[in-house]
Amino acid sequence: MSKLNPVAKISDLPEESKFRPGHRLCAGCGPAITAKIITLAVPEAIIVNATGCVEVGTTIYPYSAWKTPWVHVLFQNNAPVAAGIAAALEKLSAEGRARKIPVIALGGDGATFDIGLGAISGALERLDKIIYLCYDNCAYMNTGIQRSGASILGAATTTSPAGKVIPGKQENKKDLIAIVASHHIPYAATATLWLWRDMVNKIRKAVNYSEQGPAFLHVLAPCQFGWRYDPHLTVKVSRMAVETRLFPIYEIEDGQLRINYRVSKPTPVEEYLKIQRMMRHLLDPKNAETLQRLKNWIEWNWQRLENLEKAGKVF
Amino acid sequence: MMAEALARQHRIALTGNDAVAYAVKQANVDVISAYPITPQTFVVETLSRYVNDGELNAKYINVESEHSALSAVIGASLAGARTFTATASQGLAYMWEALYAASGLRLPIVMALAARALSAPINIHNDHSDFFGMRDAGWIMFNGEEAQETYDLTIMAFKIAEDPRVLLPVVVSYDGFIVSHAITNFYALNDDVVKEFLGVRTTGPKIDPDNPRSYGVLALQDSYFEFKRQQYEAMENARQVIQEVFKKYGEISGRNYRPLKEYMTSDAETCIVAMGSTVGTARHAVKNLREKGEKVGVVGILQYRPWPVKEAEQLFSRFKRIIVMEKVMSPGARAGPVYEDITATLYPNYNVKMIDFIYGLGGRDIPAQGVIDIYKRGKELADKGKTDKAYFYGVRGE
Ligand SMILES: Cc1ncc(C[n+]2csc(CCOP(=O)(O)OP(=O)(O)O)c2C)c(N)n1
Ligand code: SF4
Ligand SMILES: [Mg+2]
Repeated sequence: MSKLNPVAKISDLPEESKFRPGHRLCAGCGPAITAKIITLAVPEAIIVNATGCVEVGTTIYPYSAWKTPWVHVLFQNNAPVAAGIAAALEKLSAEGRARKIPVIALGGDGATFDIGLGAISGALERLDKIIYLCYDNCAYMNTGIQRSGASILGAATTTSPAGKVIPGKQENKKDLIAIVASHHIPYAATATLWLWRDMVNKIRKAVNYSEQGPAFLHVLAPCQFGWRYDPHLTVKVSRMAVETRLFPIYEIEDGQLRINYRVSKPTPVEEYLKIQRMMRHLLDPKNAETLQRLKNWIEWNWQRLENLEKAGKVF
Repeated sequence: MMAEALARQHRIALTGNDAVAYAVKQANVDVISAYPITPQTFVVETLSRYVNDGELNAKYINVESEHSALSAVIGASLAGARTFTATASQGLAYMWEALYAASGLRLPIVMALAARALSAPINIHNDHSDFFGMRDAGWIMFNGEEAQETYDLTIMAFKIAEDPRVLLPVVVSYDGFIVSHAITNFYALNDDVVKEFLGVRTTGPKIDPDNPRSYGVLALQDSYFEFKRQQYEAMENARQVIQEVFKKYGEISGRNYRPLKEYMTSDAETCIVAMGSTVGTARHAVKNLREKGEKVGVVGILQYRPWPVKEAEQLFSRFKRIIVMEKVMSPGARAGPVYEDITATLYPNYNVKMIDFIYGLGGRDIPAQGVIDIYKRGKELADKGKTDKAYFYGVRGE
């Protein structure tokens, strides 16, 4: 497989994406934009989709939105399925029985943070030659907005409602990249739609690295339906998540963490919370304590990343 | 054995597990993925050694669970590889949802199952609870009585699974410890003979970058049923394909397999039905009973799915009494699964008295005397018409 170079401008990308119109994902769906960016970033790839919105919404028989090979098997096994495909392609291509192309496991936060984590850990530990991309919309959306290990503190989901006694999810988002990086794989990074060029180039980098072993991408992909904001705001919400430092953009390459988008003057998180009904209740004075915990976490997390960046090759 | 057939093979002494690994090596599989569990573990250990010693040019994916083992071979099989996995008991239970995915995606995966009891209580010894647990998962299901059958079935499994009329996964089960760990002599085909018999995999789904397709799509009320209907048809087609493969394999090896194995059945009034290693024990018991003038025979089940309906109908309608021995229980059911398969086969011409015995759970030993006891008690119960429930054999105090 030939190396993919970074792109500088939008015209460096192909005009047509292999993720085609006509799918049934919601208007303004962040995961749909993610799927499109993946297919624009990589000329060809096998997509191994876990069960979830993207899977369900793009391949309703007899239609498929994918003009690139696409596979779905179950909810929690896209990493080992992808590993099996990659191993088979390596064996068969050496014998002239197949052509090898990148294998991208694509899973939601439920598939990745929760039910599939053990299987993903297995693939990372074995250094399987795959790219894993998690599109994180911060809940189980396909089954109707249930809490996941990726939902942020305070999130009102259908299994962590903003109740009279408990105002939404009371636990912090799981630190996925730290778990992933602890496997000491060649490449791990976060990205989001608003910073499309950063995301494209990280996907391309991940593909290049996947010749050596697994590369991992954690992409924040806002969901208008679950987060309950106006559909046209998806890219703005993505931007605000970065600018409030709620979702830091960084990568870990060869053991070195690097913050790719430095937020020197963060937007107050309240600005971000107030545009989505999933989080808005935190602005109610009676939920001040949860809001304060969230703010503390954001600051602590940013500080932690800066410290890790300064610490050198610690992964 | 005919001299020509003999020239195509060699005699070898291996455990049941190693016989499976040997067959898998000869089948030149492309990708293996499995996870250790007693009593299957030696299959994966031996295969790992073959791969690491360069005796088998396959990718071995050392997964972290059985769920991932089957998932990895599903992926590899979708990419066009010949694939193999092996498991037992809890491992098979852990694979459950992927079993249905493998058959629904029409993948010619071969799996070995060293049959073992299921928790709780935890028990590592043989019964058939795991095997019957996957009954409706859409896999072709075979049962090897000893190493020879298990070896032969493993080779044939690839041929059957990959036939374009079938394209279904196949499980080859053999009794944990009793077969998996016992070293016996058997005939193995020479490498070149297996190579010629199987070739490389060319059929079935194959991810192709130049012809991108979507596999494992969402099929709703308007299409799911048609997919399932086709899958059902593939299992029906397997009947014919299995016959053809048995025949061809017989010509090569001199060993002629049939879905149901008969012993002294031609004039038998009573038939004992068993599966797995008990079939051999039952033959021995029947030999003794025959010496005492009892008109009894044995039928061993080699092919469980597709259930050999025609053969079963012809065979089982001949007897006055059928005593089914099952190493599995189905709490709350009328009887065990094999009993129900036979009664369903004979319906509505149902003149035979049938008795069901549950025995041997968790590896409780069944010596020849046990089969004789079951025969005597079963015959008496049948003649008294007490056929309304399943009986237990070998439970302390019963
Ligand atoms: C083993 C199993 N458990 C539960 C489900 C039901 N289920 C399907 S998709 C899904 C949630 C998916 O969440 P996520 O991975 O975040 O993807 P999203 O729908 O948000 O895109 C669940 C719980 C399933 N398909 N399989
Ligand atoms: S629910 Fe969210 S993730 Fe799912 S299709 Fe709609 S916007 Fe996209
Ligand atoms: Mg989600």
